[in-house]
Amino acid sequence: MIGATSTAVGFPLLTMLVLVPLVGSALVALIGRSRPEWVKLTAILASVFTAALSVWVLVEFPSGSAGFEFVSRHPWISEWGISWHLGVDGISLFLVVLTGLLFPLVIIGVDPHHNEKPYLAWMLLLEAGVMGSFLSLDLFLFFVFFEIVLVPMYFLIGGWGYDQRVYAATKFFLYTMAGSAFMLVGIVATAFLAKGEVGRLTFDLLEIAESSSFSVASGRWLFVAFMIAFAVKVPLFPLHTWLPDAHTQAPTGGSVILAGVLLKMGTYGMLRFGVFLFPEASVWARPVLYTLAVIGILYGAIAATMQRDLKRLVAYSSVAHLGFIVLGTFALTEQALTGSVVQMVNHGVSTGALFLMVGMIYERRHTRAIAELKGLQAVAPIFAGFFTVIMLSSIGLPGLNGFVGEFLILIGSFATARWWVVAATVGVILAALYLLWAYQRVFHGEPDEANASFPELKLREGLLLSVFVAAIVFAGVYPKPMLERVEPSVKALLEHVEAHSDYRQPVAKGGVNE
Amino acid sequence: MNQVFEGPAIEWFALSPLLVLVGGALGLLLVGSLTPQWPRGGYALVASTTLGASIVLSGFLWVDTVEPRLLIGDSLLLDRYAIFALVAMMVATLMSVLTTNDYLEREGTDAPEPYGLILTALIGGVAMVLANDLIVMFLGLETLSLSFYLLTASDRKRTTSGEAGLKYFILGGFASAFFLYGVAMIFGVSGSTNLQSIAAVFGSEVSLTAGDAMLLAGVALLLVGFAFKVSLVPFHAWTPDVYQGAPTPFTGFMASVGKIVAFAALVRVFTVALAARADDWRPAVWVLAVITLIVGSVLAVVQSDVKRMLAYSSISHAGFILVGLVAASHLGDEDASLGVSSTMAYLAIYAVLVVGTFAVVTAVAGKGDAATSVDAFKGLAKNHPLLALAMTVLLLAQAGVPLTSGFVAKFGVIRAAVGVESYALAIVAMLAAVIAAFLYLRIMVSMWLADGETTVTTGLATRITIGVSVAATLVIGFFPDVLLSLARSVA
Repeated sequence: MIGATSTAVGFPLLTMLVLVPLVGSALVALIGRSRPEWVKLTAILASVFTAALSVWVLVEFPSGSAGFEFVSRHPWISEWGISWHLGVDGISLFLVVLTGLLFPLVIIGVDPHHNEKPYLAWMLLLEAGVMGSFLSLDLFLFFVFFEIVLVPMYFLIGGWGYDQRVYAATKFFLYTMAGSAFMLVGIVATAFLAKGEVGRLTFDLLEIAESSSFSVASGRWLFVAFMIAFAVKVPLFPLHTWLPDAHTQAPTGGSVILAGVLLKMGTYGMLRFGVFLFPEASVWARPVLYTLAVIGILYGAIAATMQRDLKRLVAYSSVAHLGFIVLGTFALTEQALTGSVVQMVNHGVSTGALFLMVGMIYERRHTRAIAELKGLQAVAPIFAGFFTVIMLSSIGLPGLNGFVGEFLILIGSFATARWWVVAATVGVILAALYLLWAYQRVFHGEPDEANASFPELKLREGLLLSVFVAAIVFAGVYPKPMLERVEPSVKALLEHVEAHSDYRQPVAKGGVNE
Repeated sequence: MNQVFEGPAIEWFALSPLLVLVGGALGLLLVGSLTPQWPRGGYALVASTTLGASIVLSGFLWVDTVEPRLLIGDSLLLDRYAIFALVAMMVATLMSVLTTNDYLEREGTDAPEPYGLILTALIGGVAMVLANDLIVMFLGLETLSLSFYLLTASDRKRTTSGEAGLKYFILGGFASAFFLYGVAMIFGVSGSTNLQSIAAVFGSEVSLTAGDAMLLAGVALLLVGFAFKVSLVPFHAWTPDVYQGAPTPFTGFMASVGKIVAFAALVRVFTVALAARADDWRPAVWVLAVITLIVGSVLAVVQSDVKRMLAYSSISHAGFILVGLVAASHLGDEDASLGVSSTMAYLAIYAVLVVGTFAVVTAVAGKGDAATSVDAFKGLAKNHPLLALAMTVLLLAQAGVPLTSGFVAKFGVIRAAVGVESYALAIVAMLAAVIAAFLYLRIMVSMWLADGETTVTTGLATRITIGVSVAATLVIGFFPDVLLSLARSVA
């Protein structure tokens, strides 16, 4: 049983994680035009404070705990049985920390070039929304955060993006909102159908998940309604078409956040609301989801190979990587699920860093076309070095973070989704193909005239990337602290699934650490 | 035998909000026409004071009225449902009056008549909402409609205004005829125009086989009359033209008050008088809701004039509100009362939203009330960030983004629909909302992401309207409990 235990810190930690960026955003928006120097300072303070809080959560989080910690619960809309219910467990812990750390890095390290004030205000609002999504334990509250994220992201893409920004922003907004439309109806229906067994109308995730068992048919319908929203967000093939546009047109900061944490709201949602709420339906839907995930892996990889635009290439590689996460999630074995959670975080780090570097290339050359870049390694060796490490982590080289998640997913899924895994493994090879080939075309060879003056990495950029590289190496070499915290929650989730469905895990061959 | 006519007992206090409005309207028209031009804002001040007094009196009545009360020989029904609608209407009217003041000042046509007409329209609306008799309801409807026609045509400098007024008048006349014919048919079957008596006749076990066709025809005609007033597809054709042609603050007034009145009356007639025949009219309402949602949203997207866009968006909202009526039609279901209360909450929220939105449009339209294309909003954010931010909040609320009142409204209706297991309708409604969101995004793109040199002047009264509207949108969005519990007590 996944209960709400609570580690008391005598301080509403999780509430603060949401409120600090929210208040920061309001403050930034309210600073007068005569004080432009305070704008960035306020934004940095708010995001760094949030980061510190998230690290505090990580430090205080008892490793080995399977339940929700730091729970804070207050009635919000009592007419509808909705409460402000936040909590963090091993599954959401590292996503929260990733969110907390990624935002200050982006705010400090990436320059929006114009209209800094609204940019930073939207950034902080976005952070509040993402944090809220990862922390919510109330269906309604989750939906509110899930949906509110669209507004700042829309303005970030539309206001600070590239040529086709308005088109991309609108597509992003409408696509995601259409997915959410199904989820909203699903959420309300879930609450109503659970009413009988829970005893009252409530949107509380834990109460509904623990005490109600939906009939097979209604459980499956509800699961589908939720899944449509998450599949758009992830994005799962064939609902992925908004992603390359949004990524390519978004400003660098927006892309980093989009790849780093926003897409994870979809995969996280699948775990937290799909598998946890509707175990029977998750088991039932596995073949379809495996297939879509594997198509996503292969299609994303092939499409990435064909791209002429470096940023679009990275965007399609996200489609492929997230396919792995979905595959691992629904493989429903301990290793695969753990791998998925780990991969969510690792993908955020490595793809976020890749987008940062592509942004730097664009700043220098004002183009992202692979054909126009050549021989950068000769003129900017340090730059190329950083790119290599980050690229290799994205490919999944052992010793770097990308390997841990991907390997666990493939190993863990082999027992339950054998043939799909075989197909997915091809995707691993393709990942090496498209990234290495791109690297070869961009960095190798003799630089032509336009590329000869490509500036080397600046100190500020180097420091920024060092943080990412440090995380990549640490998580790759010593993933144990992370696995220790993720595993108990994953175990509890799988026990919950087994208790509420006919599904039984293939006979355990021991934990991940053994 | 010596018979003495004995008039029905009249509870004056229960009628006080209506009487105050009548006094204010007559006073404005009579005194205003006999005296030279009043100083700036004089007319608006009298009108707002009247409305303020009426709102306060309605507040007292709310506290007094726990059980429904029949007034003036059963012709009016005073209950919390009616008072809730009344207060929402009056608040929306008050905000419209403020916008109207700045508008008339800008155009240099300040006069008592527009305020008199606004109050008269409201009086008709109040009568219609309180009506417990189809004939009284018809009288209210006509008073309301005639004032609307005049308000629409009141801009004599713009030919489109007169054209819209004429169009509205002719089509509105048809709708009234449909309504009246429906009343006649229902009277023919039931022998009464009183809502409770009709309900009693239809609710009894008596077989109505002989009169069934006539009854269904009556219900259909009545529905057509209402559908025209609340602009449901396919009876919506007048809406874009009238919304575009009418002076902008009056468009906001008609969009808010007109919707509340017509829907409040519609819901009352169908869930009280025709409740026993819910299985007959539900499919029709269901189909109307679906068509309205889809057509309204899709056509909104292809417009290039903001007032026309908002007209189609109001059609789409009407479809949403109708979802609440479908939910309310499942009588006997414990969750059916959610239908009524969510409909009322939606109306109140939408009214405040739309008045604020049109106040911004009024300001942007500029002198002559002409600059209402999407392009007129270009660059608004650069020159007037606060105004653009306010409009953005209002538009996001209309799109149903969480933490705004618009989401509370939509969620309530969806919840009611799901509560009676109308899943398909709920999903259609949500998808229509997504399509409609595109139109709000278009206006936002114009304001924030396009370059332009829009400069506008906003008067104090308009600023108050916009400010109140935005504040209500956010407060209800974050803390909807108060409004929801008020709305729950009406059902």
